[in-house]
Amino acid sequence: MNGLTFLLEPFAEFAFMRNALLGCVALSLSAAPVGVFLMLRRMSLTGDAMAHAVLPGAAIGYLLAGLSLTAMTIGGIAAGLLVAVGSALVSRNTVLREDTSLAAFYLISLALGVLIVSVRGNSVDLLHVLFGTVLALDHEAVWLLGGISAVTLVGMALLFRALVLECLDPDFHRQVNPWNAWAHYGFLVLLVINLVAGFHALGTLMAVGIMVLPAASARFWVQRLGPLLVMSTTLAVLASISGLLLSYHFDLPTSPVIVLSLGLAYLLSMLLGPHGAWRQQRTPTPHLKA
Amino acid sequence: MKTFSRPHLLSLAIAIGSTLASQAALAQNTPAIQAVASFSILGDLVQKVGGPRVGVQVLVGHGSDAHVFQPTPSQAKVVSQANVVFSNGLGFEGWISRLLGTANYKGPHIVVSHGVKALALEDSHGHKPHAKGDHHGDVDPHAWQSVPHVITYAQNIAKGLCSVDAPACDDYQRNAANYIVQLKSLDTEIRAAWAGIPKSQRKVITSHDAFAYYAKTYGVSFLSPQGVSTESEASAKGVGLLIRQIKKDNIKALFVESIADPRLIEQIGRETGVKPAGELYSDSLSAPKGAAPSYIAMMRANTRALTSAVQGQ
Repeated sequence: MNGLTFLLEPFAEFAFMRNALLGCVALSLSAAPVGVFLMLRRMSLTGDAMAHAVLPGAAIGYLLAGLSLTAMTIGGIAAGLLVAVGSALVSRNTVLREDTSLAAFYLISLALGVLIVSVRGNSVDLLHVLFGTVLALDHEAVWLLGGISAVTLVGMALLFRALVLECLDPDFHRQVNPWNAWAHYGFLVLLVINLVAGFHALGTLMAVGIMVLPAASARFWVQRLGPLLVMSTTLAVLASISGLLLSYHFDLPTSPVIVLSLGLAYLLSMLLGPHGAWRQQRTPTPHLKA
Repeated sequence: MKTFSRPHLLSLAIAIGSTLASQAALAQNTPAIQAVASFSILGDLVQKVGGPRVGVQVLVGHGSDAHVFQPTPSQAKVVSQANVVFSNGLGFEGWISRLLGTANYKGPHIVVSHGVKALALEDSHGHKPHAKGDHHGDVDPHAWQSVPHVITYAQNIAKGLCSVDAPACDDYQRNAANYIVQLKSLDTEIRAAWAGIPKSQRKVITSHDAFAYYAKTYGVSFLSPQGVSTESEASAKGVGLLIRQIKKDNIKALFVESIADPRLIEQIGRETGVKPAGELYSDSLSAPKGAAPSYIAMMRANTRALTSAVQGQ
């Protein structure tokens, strides 16, 4: 088997591979930039918590309407937004900090989801539903992922300045711009819709992987925001392709292989990147001079 | 435990008055024997053999999956109050011995598949059998998918009920004999349904490898994109191979199994132009108003669905 057949044959022969590829690329284009801002705002673990918050909403949607893409999407987004906005409101208006209020809200949401699932029985097919299968994406799902990707990119463009300012100096931003809270909420909305998109393609837990790992890997190579966004997106797309190909040629389950490809990129970047563990120590950055 | 817990001491004396005793119990209209069955199909069989004298509680109800069942405290209570517990065996209920221990159950535990010739687990794509402890000994537990095996089940159930309720033993034996007559005519019926279909056409795809016994008894091949457990996640390679196979062998019957992930099967159906043909019942009965509320109805519904699907209807 030569290189070209290795790369192209699965996508040429099978529609399900093309759908999986399209879905993963759409997801990479939006989730990776969201992940960069998550990292810069030190909210990477928030992404993980939000993924758990999305899960029960999708479960409720499934129990009410069956395997309906729409119901599970609406349920997931509603639950995610409820937790995100609720915890943001509490942290901005009470003594609790964001981390604690988020933890409180997502745990309530998660416990509620587990309760509903257990009471209704039938937990197995629900597990299958909650751990989405990238191989089973249909046209409807690919369109949904594409739509979410487009909305995210437009939203990011609109919020870009506010987001950058909030990353650099949130206190200053809060003083100069009374609308800054809306930028924060807007970003949380983008986070939630991307987690729901990722949940359809890769399952809730893996969805966080395609957000956080590309950003973290890119940070070892570049410092400026523009290159960070470009590089993390590229990494996510490459990992999706390699994950699908490895899954096809070596008979491995798909979503873990995609995330593990990203994990490998992270480890290599951490070792070899200019800001990684090895070269950072050998080439110290020169002191700033007045 | 009630008075039946040590029947061997009394069996001779009670056997004489057995008819009287069983009729007295019938008159009271409350079941004299509390039996626990591990899953819904077995529950139906125990009820058929036990008749009105036996109250049957099922641990894994219809629509749930016994492979990954988690017992609840109230079920442990049901078990601790039972006179007799029935399970399929062959590693189907990996959790049962733990549950019986937890519930401190001391009565008889009847494994109804005793004496059935078990099939080894086979796998269509060369995945290794799952080492997660839910299939001990690497045998296929779904023996009830072949009617002749269920005749053995019925005999074992009757024996089990006799061991805890000797006075009504004749009733159980008679019920079992009646039920076995029905099972034999069901077996003939299924064989007749397949008789008119050429062997080369008898190929079926379903998302759950639960039909090896049905396949062997009635001469049908079942192919699957996933391994035997509902826990496994399919690889792109496995799905690709299967799509090629459907196209190459011109397979028409594609079933969305009622438990495993249906989206994958639908995806394969879209890709090959084969219409997914509905549901097969493998590990559990349907709700009482569904298509398969009893074992015999389940086997009829499955056979009807399979034969019409392979003929492209």
